[in-house]
Amino acid sequence: MSGLHPKAPFPKAAEASVNQPQLRANLRKVTHTIRAKRAAVVAELPYWEQLRQLGAATKDDSLVNLSDRLLELERNVQARGGQVHWARDAAEAREIVARIALAHGERELIKVKSITSDEIELNQALEEHGIHAIETDLAELIVQLSHDTPSHILVPAIHRNRAEIQALFNAELPGEGGLSDNPQDLAAAARRYLRHKFLTTRMAVSGANFAVAETGTVCVVESEGNGRMCLTLPEVLVSIMGIEKVLDTWEDIAVFMETLPRSSTAERMNPYNSFWSGVTEGDGPQEFHLILLDNGRTHVLADEFGRQTLRCIRCSACLNVCPVYERAGGHAYGSVYPGPIGSILTPQLLGMHDKNANSLPFASSLCGACYEVCPVEINIPQVLIYLRNEGNAHKGPNAESLAMGAARVAMSEGWRWEGALRLARLGQGPLVRQGEISWLPGMLAGWTEVRDLPALPREGFREWWKAREGSRTVDANTQAGPPDIVQDAQNRESPPANVQEGGHPPAGQHGQEGEDHA
Amino acid sequence: MSHPKSVHPHNAEARLEMLTVINRAIAGAAPVEKPAYPRPQPLSAAEREEQFRDRILDYRAHYTRVPLAELPQAIAASLGRAQRVLVPAGIPADWLPAGLEQLRDEPPLSHAQLDRAEAVVTGCAVAVSETGTICLDHGAEQGRRALSLIPDLHVCVVRENQIVQTVRGAVERLGLAVRAGRPLTWLSGGSATSDIELVRVEGVHGPRALHVIVIAE
Ligand code: SF4
Repeated sequence: MSGLHPKAPFPKAAEASVNQPQLRANLRKVTHTIRAKRAAVVAELPYWEQLRQLGAATKDDSLVNLSDRLLELERNVQARGGQVHWARDAAEAREIVARIALAHGERELIKVKSITSDEIELNQALEEHGIHAIETDLAELIVQLSHDTPSHILVPAIHRNRAEIQALFNAELPGEGGLSDNPQDLAAAARRYLRHKFLTTRMAVSGANFAVAETGTVCVVESEGNGRMCLTLPEVLVSIMGIEKVLDTWEDIAVFMETLPRSSTAERMNPYNSFWSGVTEGDGPQEFHLILLDNGRTHVLADEFGRQTLRCIRCSACLNVCPVYERAGGHAYGSVYPGPIGSILTPQLLGMHDKNANSLPFASSLCGACYEVCPVEINIPQVLIYLRNEGNAHKGPNAESLAMGAARVAMSEGWRWEGALRLARLGQGPLVRQGEISWLPGMLAGWTEVRDLPALPREGFREWWKAREGSRTVDANTQAGPPDIVQDAQNRESPPANVQEGGHPPAGQHGQEGEDHA
Repeated sequence: MSHPKSVHPHNAEARLEMLTVINRAIAGAAPVEKPAYPRPQPLSAAEREEQFRDRILDYRAHYTRVPLAELPQAIAASLGRAQRVLVPAGIPADWLPAGLEQLRDEPPLSHAQLDRAEAVVTGCAVAVSETGTICLDHGAEQGRRALSLIPDLHVCVVRENQIVQTVRGAVERLGLAVRAGRPLTWLSGGSATSDIELVRVEGVHGPRALHVIVIAE
């Protein structure tokens, strides 16, 4: 999905995916495989919970000092011969990249997978300037060659099976035509095609996983080696990073090098990590540009409760445990950020002003699994509840119909009921008013529809729950089940008072505009 | 503070506005206490080596451990039939097998020349047993980044005392190199992808084979 703006409300967008059996089967396989592997590598570190806390605090520390950190980063990148650009929005960032390419007369550049560049819809903008950006990550190449959009942060082409990729490569890659559907063969074809590009293209664009203010160091984490190629061989390198990626000192990198790979690809460490500071004489690109992108991030930062979303290190662990994501697929979220993180980040980046994006916080059963796995302890369920209220206050679509739509897509009635009751017991905002459960989303009319939809067997949920129970035993020392998680979340931090008291306004009415929205 | 000449005027305006908005957003935010870094039970040198080997093999890379005197034979065995072997500056002469066709990066080789090399032999800066990671700081014995990237076979020599237990330990050891402005490459097994139906395929773009040789002390 390119860009941030969903073209339809979530339930509507999800209906399309729910009816694609291939997509759902692939998603299921991927999410279940990664989920089990993740649990195993996380269990290897007995102090995982401490690493999560440290990761969260390290990010928070940078966020509350963000202007100082960015200025320090700028100073140190410049001191090492790099150039730093500031972009308020997607258009400014795109323009900076295009200007650099045009200044060098480049018509073709190579790219490392970067969600940030998808967020700003860079490729399309460059095409308009007559500049072709070649995606070098295997999955991104598949997505690009099929004029498609990614559906998973980590495995963007999981909605394609090997036969589809075989047909695509045979048709699109120069000199190919007789490839088998063996993944080994298909990857080798991509290697042949891209090797030449790596050796001859003079400009590359990347994202950044982290940046260190103290040393002006930028970090890219990857698996295939295409990142190293793009970061090392061209003459000019442009890296685009969201302003929230900056860390204070070099040592701050360590915790994320422990938690990111285990949470993301479920490996002890991913194959390659690259770090560089400005320009290194005689080694790698001799011209380096770092673009610091806002594009709504300062808006998220200004919200004291919602700010925690900016801790996200894009590991995709929350996607892989989400029952809604598993059924609806990445495309249903209508933005480059799918799954639980997308449900909060997308509407927040859009300032809670986008009607379709404001439907995303309803794309959840509030089961708490996303919070449980998040390596930087983002309390996604609480932020979801908080944003449901926010979105409603900002004239979002009818809340009840949204919740019902989400239920239709993704939930079994038992699950929904239990999840809702649990939250109600805990006195969480939308369900409770003056100690009484006055409103439950989708309690009535929704049920029939849920039961009648054949594409959503109840077994899906039961299997999911069982698998989940299994993985929790492995994690027993560090993880707790959803009720405790929500409880635990409750103990740690609370949403602002207006949410806890406000309740959910009846359909068609708007909530009180609190001071928070001013 | 003054802006460097290269900054576009438009950019100076964006910079000022972003910083202003950020300052407004975080005004009055409480400082954050960072908890201490958790440390695992320390392992002995022998246990570290054992763990390192286990991790390297788990990544399906090759692993050998030899005394210094047998290093040339071990390197020769790893190189197999590879011709045109890149040897970065600083590699001790007594590491290398006799009669090796060495490719030196002095003067710097072009990308096309590097593409014709079949293997590279490097040392490393530090290695992590817990994750089976080798960290290069591209100083002596390692060469610039392209040398260990383009050839198909990477033979990496690790001295036993370069193996630390934790990621945090490696990050600390690398502090000097990073503060000196040197780039780093961390290798954990070889290049791999699981992009097609989650089937693991090794050797996508980086070297297709990684051979780790530890010098026993
Ligand atoms: S919200 Fe947490 S779990 Fe989800 S992608 Fe971000 S860091 Fe990972």
